[in-house]
Amino acid sequence: MPSIVAPTCPTETAVELSGVSFGYDRRRPVLTSIDMTIPRGRVVAIMGASGSGKTTILRLIGGALQPQAGKVMVAGQDVSALDRDALFALRRRIGMLFQFGALFTDLSVFENVAFPLREHTDLTDLLIRDLVLMKLNAVGLRGAAQLMPSELSGGMGRRVALARAVALDPMLMLYDEPFAGLDPISLGVVGQLIRKLNDALGITSVVVTHDIYESLKIVDYIYFVSEGRIVAMGTPAEVRASEDAFVRQFVDGEPDGPVPFHYQAAPLAEEFARAG
Amino acid sequence: MPAEAIGFVLRRVGRATQRSISRLGFSARFFALVIYHSPAAFRRLGLTLREIYFSGVLSLVIMLVSGLFVGMVLGLQGYDTLNKYGAGDSLGIFVGLSLVRELGPVVSGLLFASRAGSAITAEIGLMKTTEQIAAMEMMAVDPFARVVAPRFWGGIVSMPLLAALFSVMGVFGAYVVGVRLIGVDSGTFWGNMRAAIDFWPDITNGIIKSVVFGIAVTLIAVFEGYDATPTAEGVSTATTRTVVEASLAILALDFLLTVFMFRGTGI
Repeated sequence: MPSIVAPTCPTETAVELSGVSFGYDRRRPVLTSIDMTIPRGRVVAIMGASGSGKTTILRLIGGALQPQAGKVMVAGQDVSALDRDALFALRRRIGMLFQFGALFTDLSVFENVAFPLREHTDLTDLLIRDLVLMKLNAVGLRGAAQLMPSELSGGMGRRVALARAVALDPMLMLYDEPFAGLDPISLGVVGQLIRKLNDALGITSVVVTHDIYESLKIVDYIYFVSEGRIVAMGTPAEVRASEDAFVRQFVDGEPDGPVPFHYQAAPLAEEFARAG
Repeated sequence: MPAEAIGFVLRRVGRATQRSISRLGFSARFFALVIYHSPAAFRRLGLTLREIYFSGVLSLVIMLVSGLFVGMVLGLQGYDTLNKYGAGDSLGIFVGLSLVRELGPVVSGLLFASRAGSAITAEIGLMKTTEQIAAMEMMAVDPFARVVAPRFWGGIVSMPLLAALFSVMGVFGAYVVGVRLIGVDSGTFWGNMRAAIDFWPDITNGIIKSVVFGIAVTLIAVFEGYDATPTAEGVSTATTRTVVEASLAILALDFLLTVFMFRGTGI
C-alpha cells in the first residue's frame, strides 16, 4: 500500500505538453500542436469557449486520452508511455474535480471523501475518520458529513468533491469547469478554496474554465485556447492589459469577433436561393 | 437497380456487419476483463453481498408472487387437462416437472432480467453519465473491480436461489389449487411428485439452467450499462436493450440446454 503522505512534484515543471495534437477521428482535430508549461506550485487556467478543446487537455494530462502526436509529461513522466499500473500509480498523486462533482450517489458525504483513503491505504477506521473530518473541515462542510449527495446544493457538492480530490494530498490538482452553474457566493468560495488549498498543500493546479472574472482573481497564469490551438497567454495583469482581439472578446464578453457568432455555413442569401 | 443504390445498400450492410463484429469483440473482451477482476469481487465481499441484496433480496416479492400465481394456474390448467384422460392424480408430477425443469428457471430468469437486469444497467449507465466511473478511474480505482465484478457475481449468486424459491412457491400454489380447492388427494400429490422427480437429472438440470441464465442476464446487464451512451436517451436505450437481449438469450439458451440435457434419452 502506498503511503498517504504524498510527495510534492519532484520536478520544477509539474506538467509539460509539447507539440500535442489530438482528435477523436483523423478528419476533425480537437487539438493541434499544443505547447504548454505549468511550473510546480502554480495555479494555471486554461480558458476558451465551449468546445475549444480545454477539457481534452485535462483528459490528456490525466492519461484518460492518448495524444496522436507530441508528448504529455507529468512530474517528469511521459503519460502516454505508462502502462496501466504505472498510470494508476501516477493518478494516485493527481486529484481531479469533475464539472458536476461526480460524487458517488450511493455513498454519504463522509464515505465519498473516505473512498480514496479506503481504496489506497490500510489506515484504521479511526485515522480515516480524522482525516476525512479534516478535509471536510477545510472546505467548511464537516457538519454535512452524514448527508447524502442528493441532499447537497450544487456548491456544497462541488466542495465535497474537492475534499475528496485532495484526500490523498495530491501533488497536482485538475479542475474541470469548477465554477459552472454556481451562485456568486459558492463561486467565490470554490475559487478561494482552489487558491488556498494550492498554497497550503504546496500542490500545482490546472483549472479549465470559461469564467474569466473568477479566474483573474485566483490564478497565476492563463492560457487561451481556441479551435484546438493556444491563441494567447499571460499573467492576469497581462490579460487585463492585453489588446489581443481574442483576449479582448473573451474578457469583454463580445458576442462576435475572432470567435464568430455564427457556426460555419453557406451565405444566407445562397441558402434562400437554393430553397427557392 | 442502379449501381449507386446497390453501392449504398452494400455500404450500409457492410457498416452494420462491421459494427456487430466490433461489438461482439468488445463484449468478449469485456467478459474476459470481468473474469480477470472477479477475485476482487470476493476480496471485497461486502460489495458483492450488497449486490446480492439489491439483485436478489429486492427481487423476492415479484419472484414469490409470480411463482405462486404461475403454480396456481398450472394446478388449475393441469388438473383440467389431466382429468380428461383420467390422470388427475398425476397433477403433482406435472406441476413438479414443469416447474423444476422449465418454468422455474425460465420465468424467474425473465423476471430477473426485467427487475434486476434493467436496474443494474440503469445504475451503471447513470454512473457513467454523471462521470462517477470516470472519477473512479481518475482516483486509480478500476471500475471493473469496484462496480462491474461485484454486480456480476451478485447476479450469478442470486439467480439460482430466486429460481429455486420461484419453483417452491409454484409447487405450493399448485398444491393450494389442486389439493385444497379441487380435492386431489394430498398423499397422491406429494407421493407422485417425489417418485417422479429425481435430484439428478431434474433438479440439477434446473439449477444448471438458472446459473447459465444468471450469467447471461448479468453479463448483458453490466455490459449494456458500461457501454451506454452517457446521455438520458443512451441510458434508456441501454436499459431496453438489456431486457430484450437478456430475454431472448434466456429463451435461446433454454432450448440449447434442453437439447443437451435430453441427449441420450432417446428423444
